[in-house]
Amino acid sequence: MNKPFAITLDPGSSLANHTGSWRTLKPVYGDRLPPCNQACPAGENTQGWLYHAESGDYEAAWRVLTQDNPMPAVMGRVCYHPCEGACNRGELDSAVGINSVERFLGDEAIKRGWAFEGQAAASGKTVLVVGAGPSGLSAAYHLAMLGHAVTIKEAGPLPGGMMRFGIPMYRLPREVLDAEVARIAALGVKIEYNAKVANIKEAMTQGGFDAAFLAVGAHIAKRAKIPAGDAARILDAVSVLRSMEGEEKPLLGRKVVVYGGGNTAIDVARTAKRLGATESIIVYRRNREKMPAHDFEVEEALQEGVMIKWLSTITQADGGSITVEKMELDAKGFPQPTGQFETMEADSVVLALGQDVDLSLLDGVPGLEIADGVVKVGANMMTGASGIFAGGDMVPSERTVTVAVGHGKKAARHIDAWLRGSVYEPAAKHEPAPFGRLNTWYYSDAPKTMRPMLDTVRRQSTFDEVQGGLDESTALFEARRCLSCGNCFECDNCYGVCPDNAVVKLGPGQRYRFDYDYCKGCGVCAAECPCGAITMVPEAI
Amino acid sequence: MLKQTEGSHAVAEAVALCRPEVICAYPISPQTHIVEGLGEMVKAGEIKDCEFINVESEFAAMSVAIGSSAAGARTYTATASQGLLFMVEAVYNAAGLGLPIVMTVANRALGAPINIWNDHSDSMSQRDCGWIQLFAETNQEAVDLHIQGFKLAEELSMPVMVCMDGFILTHAYERVDMPTQEQVDAFLPKFEPRQVLDPAEPLSIGAMVGPEAYTEVRYLAHAKQMQALELIPQLGREFQEAFGRDSGGLIRSYRMDDAEVAVIALGSVLGTIKDTIDEMREQGVKIGVVGICSFRPFPLAEVREALARVRSYVVVEKSLAVGLGGVVASNVRMALAGRLHMRGHTVIAGLGGRAITKVSLHRAFAGVVSGELERVHFLDLDTNAVNAVLEHEKTVRRSGPIAENVLRTMRLVGAKIL
Amino acid sequence: MNQQVKFYQTGTRTVGNRLLAPEQRAIQADIERTNSLNCGHRACQGCGEALGARYAIDAAMRAANNQLIAANATGCLEVFSTPYPETSWQVPWIHSLFGNAAAVATGIAAAMRVKGKPDVRVVAQGGDGGTTDIGFGCLSGMFERNDDVLYICYDNEAYMNTGVQRSSATPGGARTATTMPLGEHPGNPFGQGKSVPLIAMAHEIPYVATATVADLRDLEAKVTKAIGIRGAKYMQVLVPCPLGWGAASQDTIKLARLAKECGLFPVFEAEFGEITGVSKIRSKVPVEEYLRPQRRYAHLFGKTPRAEDIARIQAKADRNIKKFGLLDQGEA
Repeated sequence: MNKPFAITLDPGSSLANHTGSWRTLKPVYGDRLPPCNQACPAGENTQGWLYHAESGDYEAAWRVLTQDNPMPAVMGRVCYHPCEGACNRGELDSAVGINSVERFLGDEAIKRGWAFEGQAAASGKTVLVVGAGPSGLSAAYHLAMLGHAVTIKEAGPLPGGMMRFGIPMYRLPREVLDAEVARIAALGVKIEYNAKVANIKEAMTQGGFDAAFLAVGAHIAKRAKIPAGDAARILDAVSVLRSMEGEEKPLLGRKVVVYGGGNTAIDVARTAKRLGATESIIVYRRNREKMPAHDFEVEEALQEGVMIKWLSTITQADGGSITVEKMELDAKGFPQPTGQFETMEADSVVLALGQDVDLSLLDGVPGLEIADGVVKVGANMMTGASGIFAGGDMVPSERTVTVAVGHGKKAARHIDAWLRGSVYEPAAKHEPAPFGRLNTWYYSDAPKTMRPMLDTVRRQSTFDEVQGGLDESTALFEARRCLSCGNCFECDNCYGVCPDNAVVKLGPGQRYRFDYDYCKGCGVCAAECPCGAITMVPEAI
Repeated sequence: MLKQTEGSHAVAEAVALCRPEVICAYPISPQTHIVEGLGEMVKAGEIKDCEFINVESEFAAMSVAIGSSAAGARTYTATASQGLLFMVEAVYNAAGLGLPIVMTVANRALGAPINIWNDHSDSMSQRDCGWIQLFAETNQEAVDLHIQGFKLAEELSMPVMVCMDGFILTHAYERVDMPTQEQVDAFLPKFEPRQVLDPAEPLSIGAMVGPEAYTEVRYLAHAKQMQALELIPQLGREFQEAFGRDSGGLIRSYRMDDAEVAVIALGSVLGTIKDTIDEMREQGVKIGVVGICSFRPFPLAEVREALARVRSYVVVEKSLAVGLGGVVASNVRMALAGRLHMRGHTVIAGLGGRAITKVSLHRAFAGVVSGELERVHFLDLDTNAVNAVLEHEKTVRRSGPIAENVLRTMRLVGAKIL
Repeated sequence: MNQQVKFYQTGTRTVGNRLLAPEQRAIQADIERTNSLNCGHRACQGCGEALGARYAIDAAMRAANNQLIAANATGCLEVFSTPYPETSWQVPWIHSLFGNAAAVATGIAAAMRVKGKPDVRVVAQGGDGGTTDIGFGCLSGMFERNDDVLYICYDNEAYMNTGVQRSSATPGGARTATTMPLGEHPGNPFGQGKSVPLIAMAHEIPYVATATVADLRDLEAKVTKAIGIRGAKYMQVLVPCPLGWGAASQDTIKLARLAKECGLFPVFEAEFGEITGVSKIRSKVPVEEYLRPQRRYAHLFGKTPRAEDIARIQAKADRNIKKFGLLDQGEA
């Protein structure tokens, strides 16, 4: 068509005008470290596995999850989920139920029989792991995946360590634990039971191990000096919980007093209730705010009829009764005696005052530094003795299953590097993704799904699991509550909101790129990115 | 087919024969009968495949026409006077966009003072808007110019204004030879737009053009009108071949062969002028007439050639360039640039519908022949009335409204005469 | 819980969502969207009108199966999109004058009808000046005749192209170049307002809707619906103007969102003169939150805050909330 000059123009001709030259700020995509990942002691890529769970690809989610933690079904039950405490969604409505999704994935894996894949070729190296608790199992898993031959020497008759002997079965059913241990063992990890290592050096030499990872749990109960009459029945929490795993259940009587304020105290008190105690009373020297036990566990215990006597210490134990002294908190929050006493009926007193690790296997090993009952390790989890690494309860740290699993992973990576004569350099951490970077307008309103709870009557009389799991639809719902903080989840917002069509969509899984020929640097994309994955940076002139 | 009919209706029928696809209608005298006629024919199904749109203003009429023409529809509208002024912005726009709209202007005076009668002020106000302007001398020519107009517009991709004197032509019942549909179909091909809004081939029409190309765009508009100078006579010849009538063209000379004095005019007044001249010829005055049909483009060369042998000329026109004199006259003068020996007069006549009589023309032409007529002469001007008003204004500050003063003065003068 | 899992993280608030089926995503999410208003246009950084126009025309193109013609009024949109020798439009497009886009579109629609192309849909578009002021006569005529045209007004509440002068869509109190913040009554006088959507409804045309660039799905759904209706349709889309409003370029969508959430810009739709749908306020904010980031209202928050003017603007928002029922029951 011979079109009129100048007035009539052909479509697309404006592409010749490169408006990118107007720009003083330019948008760049980046990946950030979401608070859940940052908070996870096990170093899970939480957001990464939630991403797959969101699309209903649970196997992919489980595989991403188990790159860091081989026991999601356990973790989904016993982890105190610091991820949820850090979750940005908590500032919006309530944190994403990460832990419950994790449990769903773990249970799903057991149900479907998913096995680990991608084990590296055999390295020819052998590693001794002492202790089949969370830390040892985690290390064994990672080492096995990295191609090393692993033998675990476990002092007890069954695997799991404190997961089995410290955590009541109403919180962690044993078949779950067994299934996840079996999956690790299936990688070729040899577990020797009733094989207490008395001397690590000897054990290594005898077994011809190239390296060792020590992961002995804190099984020794701390004692308190309570003046006690002969008739007084005083037990420790560790033994009570351990004996729950045996044939003979502990005899605690009808009125049980548990002394302490940690999670173990709660576990014992709840166990006592289930064993038939009419009264299960926790005596704790400080108040509820100062109590180290997790709030939800305290809450569950109270629901089940456990009573707590706050600001009290036991000063005397006799047959059938104890004397407690009332305490008050000083300005610094420490409990101070008041001189007021009272007497309580008690068939038994269970002490839950903390645990120690049996470090005797380290006797005579040169170069080790031991303080406060734990072994010092370097940043690479290696003790002062070359080739001997340690983690879990043995090293200075918080004592939780999750921390232990994290230690196992971290140690395994360093052991692997050490065995190969190199040094493991963890990838640099991304910048954090704080709540303030999010544009939360875009997220749908969706309060957290509550996991079903077992009926209180049944909780008081049986050891059935208290907390249920999510079914698939609720797990999916929960996964989709993830805000994907700091990392593009392909919502197309930047692609849509650019007034200049300067965002190029690259297709599923490929995300986007900026077309800087046309981007004027207005910043609308960054402002409207829900998850804060775009940053405006000054243009170099 | 010969028929005795009203000018407006004849034009409506002619437009109908051109198979218009969109007609925009807004009433204004003396054009109204044309769109009424068309509306009736569309309603009755006599014009097939045609949208007749009653718009809310002349501005909308031309704007709708712009849209439909740009979308490839043969488009027609009609207006007059204030209506033309009201659509001016769109009139210029249609030309600038090169849209081949055909519009009848039933020529009428402009207010204030408001006046519904005939003169050429409206069309002349738009002489530089970029439209081709053709002036009809008779209703027959009005009919023929519409048929030629569509062809001209579409060949050049430019809008065409067919000007016909309001009331004098639009409301006059005359004999008209109405062409048949077959004849018109054979003469006027289907509209093939030069540019069209079509989803199959998107383009942007109406870009903003800056100093870098605006001059070129304007030049091209001018160049097209220059092309029209060749196309108009060619179409006239084609028309004559097809319809057997001499109609249109750039100019038409009458008794100019040996003329020493020429009268130049356009529109229906040419008839009265020819009659006057015939009488003067009988008295031995060598006088002729040059009728201008195409005012835009203005046929400079043809006018210059037609007046090559005269010693004096007079432009009789129904428009006034206030503060200068004649509108047509200044164009004619440009055609005669350099001919210093020629004496030119301008007669402003027929404003606001005042009758142009042979008596008055005789008097004026005699003055041209003798050379005694003023260079700019207002035919039949009531000098007493205007002088009285001017005097009144000199003495009284709050002299009041002009038009009303004139009327009052004229009545007083009349009373005195009586 | 036996609910169906329909929850998609961002639901339909974001442009797309990898979890949704493609047909459930916004038209703007399409990797092959029309980009009717293409790259290289000369709109300011963060231009709401450029964004709104692409949103609307892309949606219209989808709804019309790419059989679309657009008529454009003079204004920013026209100037920044078609300066010779470049056009950003990928659709057949015509610009005629400032005040005649509706009439030009009427002509195009007539041509399509007469040419037997009922599948070709016609859109007219312009700014608020070209719509609520100078183009109002043609617009009303188009409504009254029920011409088969969708007219979209991109409302940025002033004549931006000529340098931010007041239009009949400029809100009370706002600073423009012709309503400076000077004297006893700074900014635009508080008049009676002129709601062209309501005026359009008074014509009882088949469809009237308002929308903002902050709610893409809503905008697209309305354009899609409008294109599917024969007869006259009117949409007014709020498009913040960083330049004219004195706002940061990245705040364009945020301000549109706040305008709706505070109640000053009611988002609704109406058929044949009756309101048929209202977009409820999701989290109500005081007008101050919307006004503060805009320098055109800076004089209200100066050394001597003009509490009375702010209250007047808040009252306007409250009237809207009541009149259109913008809040869910019990939320007032």
